[in-house]
Amino acid sequence: MTFVKPAFRHPDAPVNELGRTRQDYEGGLSTLCAGCGHDSISAAIIDACFELNIEPHKVAKLSGIGCSSKTPAYFLSGSHSFNSVHGRMPSVATGANLANRDLIYVGISGDGDTASIGLGQFAHVVRRNLNMTYIVENNGCYGLTKGQDSATMDTGSPNKKGDINLYSPIDLARLAIEVGATFVGRSFSGDKQQLIPLIKAAISHRGFALLDVISPCVTFNNHSESTKSYEHVRNANTDMPVDFVPMRQEITATYDSGATCEVCMHDGSVVRLYKQDNDYDIEDRQSALEATSHYTKEGKILTGLLYIQRDSEELHDVLGTARRPLNSMDEKQLCPGSRFLDSINAGLR
Amino acid sequence: MKATDTNDPEYFHKVVDCQYACPAHTPVPEYIRLIAAGRYTDAYMVNWESNVFPGILGRTCDRPCEPACRRGRVEEEAVAICRLKRVAADNKDDVTHLLPKAPAKGNGKRVALIGAGPASLTVARDLAPLGYQIDLYDDQPVGGGFMRSQIPIFRLPPEVLNEEVDFILNMGINEHFQTYISSLKSVIQQGYHAVFIGTGAPRGSDLDIPGRQACNKSIHVGIDWLASVAFEHLSSIGKRVLVLGGGNTAMDCCRTARRVGGESVKVVVRSEFARMKASAWEIEDAKAEDIPIINNHVPKEFVHEDGVLKGMRFTVVDVVYDADGRRELVPTGEEVFFEADEVIIAIGQDNSFPWIERDLGIEFGKWDMPVVDKTTFQSSLDNVFFGGDAAFGPENIITAVAHGHQAAISIDLFLSGERVDNRLAPGVNLVSQKMGVHEWSYDSEVSTDDRYPVPHVSKEKALKDRKVEVELGFDINVAYQEAERCLNCDVQTVFTTSKCIECDACVDICPTDCINFLDNDDEPALRQSLRRPAKRADQDLYVSNALPQTQRVMVKDEDVCLHCGLCAERCPTGAWDMQRFFYSVTKAGSPCKQSSPSMTSS
Repeated sequence: MTFVKPAFRHPDAPVNELGRTRQDYEGGLSTLCAGCGHDSISAAIIDACFELNIEPHKVAKLSGIGCSSKTPAYFLSGSHSFNSVHGRMPSVATGANLANRDLIYVGISGDGDTASIGLGQFAHVVRRNLNMTYIVENNGCYGLTKGQDSATMDTGSPNKKGDINLYSPIDLARLAIEVGATFVGRSFSGDKQQLIPLIKAAISHRGFALLDVISPCVTFNNHSESTKSYEHVRNANTDMPVDFVPMRQEITATYDSGATCEVCMHDGSVVRLYKQDNDYDIEDRQSALEATSHYTKEGKILTGLLYIQRDSEELHDVLGTARRPLNSMDEKQLCPGSRFLDSINAGLR
Repeated sequence: MKATDTNDPEYFHKVVDCQYACPAHTPVPEYIRLIAAGRYTDAYMVNWESNVFPGILGRTCDRPCEPACRRGRVEEEAVAICRLKRVAADNKDDVTHLLPKAPAKGNGKRVALIGAGPASLTVARDLAPLGYQIDLYDDQPVGGGFMRSQIPIFRLPPEVLNEEVDFILNMGINEHFQTYISSLKSVIQQGYHAVFIGTGAPRGSDLDIPGRQACNKSIHVGIDWLASVAFEHLSSIGKRVLVLGGGNTAMDCCRTARRVGGESVKVVVRSEFARMKASAWEIEDAKAEDIPIINNHVPKEFVHEDGVLKGMRFTVVDVVYDADGRRELVPTGEEVFFEADEVIIAIGQDNSFPWIERDLGIEFGKWDMPVVDKTTFQSSLDNVFFGGDAAFGPENIITAVAHGHQAAISIDLFLSGERVDNRLAPGVNLVSQKMGVHEWSYDSEVSTDDRYPVPHVSKEKALKDRKVEVELGFDINVAYQEAERCLNCDVQTVFTTSKCIECDACVDICPTDCINFLDNDDEPALRQSLRRPAKRADQDLYVSNALPQTQRVMVKDEDVCLHCGLCAERCPTGAWDMQRFFYSVTKAGSPCKQSSPSMTSS
């Protein structure tokens, strides 16, 4: 078994505006099963950060427990990283973000970590609109513990042994829209053309951005009856392609057909959307809920940018916290002294 | 694009750049792995089977494999293939019991080989074990041809040369040395069933400028001078020597001159440095022996006083290319005089066939060269064959060996009453290297070591005695490290379309971004739309059939694939596999020859 990726890269590999190559954004060699969708998502994150010219040390990767939560070891080895407790990544992310608002927070979670043990934490981090990108690597099963059904497994979809799932699935994208998320996208690990611009848009979004990425488990949930297999997702996928155009860049389209809609992000970058239904307004919660519900009923999977609320107030705005990260303040600013403590205590009496 | 036909042996052969570039198609990665495994004798025999002179070539080959080496495209320098070959030769055990022997009873057919250089010796090696009676003619007292007379002893020790020449002569070859053939007709009249002519390009070019005749005794023709030194007819030269010419012969002349009395030796070349024909390493070695190389100087005259050479006058030129890329040497007006006691002219060599009667039925064409078939090496007289430098002009040892193998096939077919153009396809084998879930039988890890330099003896020691070999060869530890630099390009990435689930795992893991999944298109468009556009047109694209799920195709640019096996390691379905490809050029006497004619169509 190979533990080290060869050091050589393509001699024509491009360099980004920081003078870095894609190699600077890579991590260790994956120990996940061969063919796992999660590895494709890691590769998409690498591409997105490389193309966005992000300094790796300006990123904090956070995760819970599970196959998905191992993946921060496989990308951005030059970034901050916290592999936290099962289902508790949102709390750690909230704490880190409040202490240092200058970093880019990328949370990696799975359907177990988010929709089962972590559902409570998930709902609250969404409604607090913490400024972070939260990627769920959703394969409908607990791959790390031999493939039991997870809470996102579709009703009627059998596991590898053939047992049918009797319970109703949690649609994390719809849940997030319901509880106040300001950016919700759905994608597929096998469609990087859509996934990479979505990750870029999510990172550029100010506020909480959820990406529910269907990521087939080749070992336990890629059989012909599964609704989370490569083949099924490819057949059921109704994709709304996305282009991400960073600020100050000429707009060039990847897709042939004209864009149906353009969304300008707070930093001046533009998200262009294609092939959407005419009556679908992605800035309207109700419209997004109706569209996703409609396609789900038809047995289809609607992927793309599902909902966005621009100009929302993220958690720092709501709390009115200091503009600078705590690590840039001196002791005097961080500890204003006993007189201030006394006055606070007095205010609480 | 149409899906790649990997059943065509040439497709994967071309991926093994070194082997493909080698005129004899020696399976380079195969023997490098054997060297890494410490199996020097086996590595030697893989070589010997293909190129006949591993010890000689491991020191003197022109190495067309090294500029082709894929390693040179992913980092600075190619694998030191040639010097690894020498390691196999230096460290082998006794191999005599492994060599083929002539059968006790011959087949009754007699073949004459004229010239005892690498081409003829290769023909002898291939035909003697088949029972042919081989008569080998040469005007020199020993075999080896130009390998002995032109390659200086400090690059090729006589024991190495003798050993490999004797491997062949000991197969029961009838030696007719010190026999100059002055008439081909007389040879044919002796009733040979076939004659092979491997007489090289024995005539050194001369330089007809003023003063040439007047100081004849101080002016030498390079290859003749080297031969005189080699056979010890000559053992000294003046202190100040000019060598004219920019090829490998010039490099051998100047370095030899430094060893037999030349104190101030200069190489003067008409053209610019970049166009010099000498191999880069030979130029380096000459410079290291304090020999300046002076470019853009066109010889004008030999300057003498009453026949005593004083030096040479040169016209300094600028090299100018016109719009069509034609080169012109434009005099700058400046003239330069270099003092010299002796001059060696090494500006090229030609074929010369004064001994072949022109009424024998052998057609001669342009430049008075025989008309020789490029595949069969047969002349227009059907029982006369040519090979080596004698066939198409000066090349090198490894080309002569390749010619010899092919000529031997032709002679064998011809004397078996078969068509000489009815040649067998190469032997090919393709075997999975998978040993476990994630285990390969080859060392798939890619070493990042830089190329290891070959140690040399000190300059003082080397210049004192022309018989001291300059290069010392790798010791086995360094050889192992150098061998590990080989990318194992013969372990092919083999793709099975029907197994692919398009999970992208191979795309994500590939260190050099070779693998793509995209909609099919014509080749120029595909080359452009890859993740890393495929700019090298001589490197093929490996294209699959339409994939089951999306009807896209897999397109792999072979150019900088590291053959690390990670695509196959990360493939969940085994759609990618690493398979060792073995390609061997079919030699004379293949058992399929007469028994099953259907096998001969490729």
